[in-house]
Amino acid sequence: MSAGATAVTSEYAVEILGVHKTFGSLEVLRGIDLQVRRGEVTVILGPSGSGKSTLLRAINHLERVDTGLIKVDGELIGYRQKGNRLHELSEREVLHQRSSIGFVFQNFNLFPHLTVLQNVVEAPVSAQKRNRAEVETEARALLERVGVADKADAYPRQLSGGQQQRVAIARALALRPKVILFDEPTSALDPELVGEVLAVIKQLAHHGTTLIVVTHEIGFAREVADTVVFMDAGVIVEQGPPQQVLDAPQHERTRTFISRVL
Amino acid sequence: MSRTIPAPQSAAPASPSPGLAPSGPPGAAVEPEHLVVVRSRHPWRWVAAVAVAIVVAQFIHGLVTNPGWDWGTFAQYFTAASVLKALWMTVQLTVYGTVLGFALGIGLAAARLSKNPVLQVVSWTYIWAFRSIPLIVQLLFWFNIAYLYKTLSIGVPFGPAFVEFDVNDVISGMMAAVIGLALHQAAYSAEIIRAGIISVDAGQLEAAAALGIPKRRQFFKIVMPQAMRAILPNAANEVISLFKGTSIVSTMAIAELFYQVQVIYGRSGRVVPLLMVATVWYIVLTTLLSIGQYYIERHYARGSARSLPLTPWQKARTRIRTFLDTATTGRTPTRAGDAR
Repeated sequence: MSAGATAVTSEYAVEILGVHKTFGSLEVLRGIDLQVRRGEVTVILGPSGSGKSTLLRAINHLERVDTGLIKVDGELIGYRQKGNRLHELSEREVLHQRSSIGFVFQNFNLFPHLTVLQNVVEAPVSAQKRNRAEVETEARALLERVGVADKADAYPRQLSGGQQQRVAIARALALRPKVILFDEPTSALDPELVGEVLAVIKQLAHHGTTLIVVTHEIGFAREVADTVVFMDAGVIVEQGPPQQVLDAPQHERTRTFISRVL
Repeated sequence: MSRTIPAPQSAAPASPSPGLAPSGPPGAAVEPEHLVVVRSRHPWRWVAAVAVAIVVAQFIHGLVTNPGWDWGTFAQYFTAASVLKALWMTVQLTVYGTVLGFALGIGLAAARLSKNPVLQVVSWTYIWAFRSIPLIVQLLFWFNIAYLYKTLSIGVPFGPAFVEFDVNDVISGMMAAVIGLALHQAAYSAEIIRAGIISVDAGQLEAAAALGIPKRRQFFKIVMPQAMRAILPNAANEVISLFKGTSIVSTMAIAELFYQVQVIYGRSGRVVPLLMVATVWYIVLTTLLSIGQYYIERHYARGSARSLPLTPWQKARTRIRTFLDTATTGRTPTRAGDAR
């Protein structure tokens, strides 16, 4: 698949270089550079409107960026480079790229008319053309792993929010993704359900899956993150290991934000 | 149960003979679980029910006894070969109109929702035009199409033709009717389908896109099944109104149901019983369509509620079963249900 960026498998799972994005007259991303190593957990913090979700959505090309490059596993996302020109990929090629990037939404976005198992099996079969029986076996194992194996034949609306989000995580995992992106995965949950979802994400982190998590859960960031990124007003204000960014922030804005959240 | 019956009677009379009433001060002496609930009464419900029942009975009495209805003639023609043949024509017009109309409607809805401005404008204009022209006017245009175009040819646009047909040979009266009904239906079904598609939560498409599901499959496997919930009730309305609307074709001397009964009563002069023949057939088929609608809607309701309600048939079976249980075991329905 990777046509331009040949075989130079990068040491980074995700590379973001000079990304800008404007909605109308509002510049939501103003020059973002970020590298995420393989197997690491990156947590993005920041006030609402700081551009964290837009950045996350740009990584799997749900948002098209105005300038800059995004690479996943060394492969340019959304474009093909020929000399100094970027040729937009066809929709089919973009969909193919997305099928190796997991995405977990704030509102779960499970397909309500399909059972839990069908939700998990759908994309590996239709997008990755894998064998259905094989995928089903794997899907059941994944549901077991996120603790909802007994709900395989239920419909999403018969599940609690926490269970739905865990199914959504299994659905993302079924694609065997190179990286999983979480867009505020616990923000739509009742407080007592947050823990069960965070536990699943932690377990993924320990297994060495590359994760990028946009969240407001500072405690989770402190415990799980390899790198914490603090964004404000479309720029990365600072980044580093959690004890540095959370406990000894260099910038005034970071300090104010953390004191307000804690 | 029987021991509790005297209680409401003793409670009812207020105080004509206080000495006879066994009750002491309210709430005293009786254990809470032995207190008897007296249901409130609704006398006006009974009055309303009786009044309506009388009107209904009178109407039915009229249907049976008024010789004007002429049920003998009705029975004679209801299943007459000519009527059944005309009914079949009506069904065919409905099926062709529905299938072609909705097929074109899906295309128009997709065009209207596409990002291509030319397709959007053409689709909008089509819908605008065909909703503006009365069906009967449009049908008469198609009936007289040979006046505008004498031949029909397939070939290079604006260039030479490969095959040529005489329009009057190709477009029969039936064909003209089907084309008219389908084109008319397409405009309405396009809007119904579009309404269904835009009613699906944007997050669904986003999730499908994020998972990399191919575009066609996103539409047919993710969007359409969810859109169907909004589409079906309106679509069923359209099919039923098309089914009855086929009677308009009678003005073009096509032998559908309504035309046929007109022909018969034109000969025999028995207008009312023959109108009843058509009416009852329309009612019967509409009923069948409504039953079909119920089950199709149920099919697409999967996952929308925590559990689907029972169908009328399932309800009836449960009721009969509990009734039989009560009859055989002599126990109350709920207990009998548990005992099985």
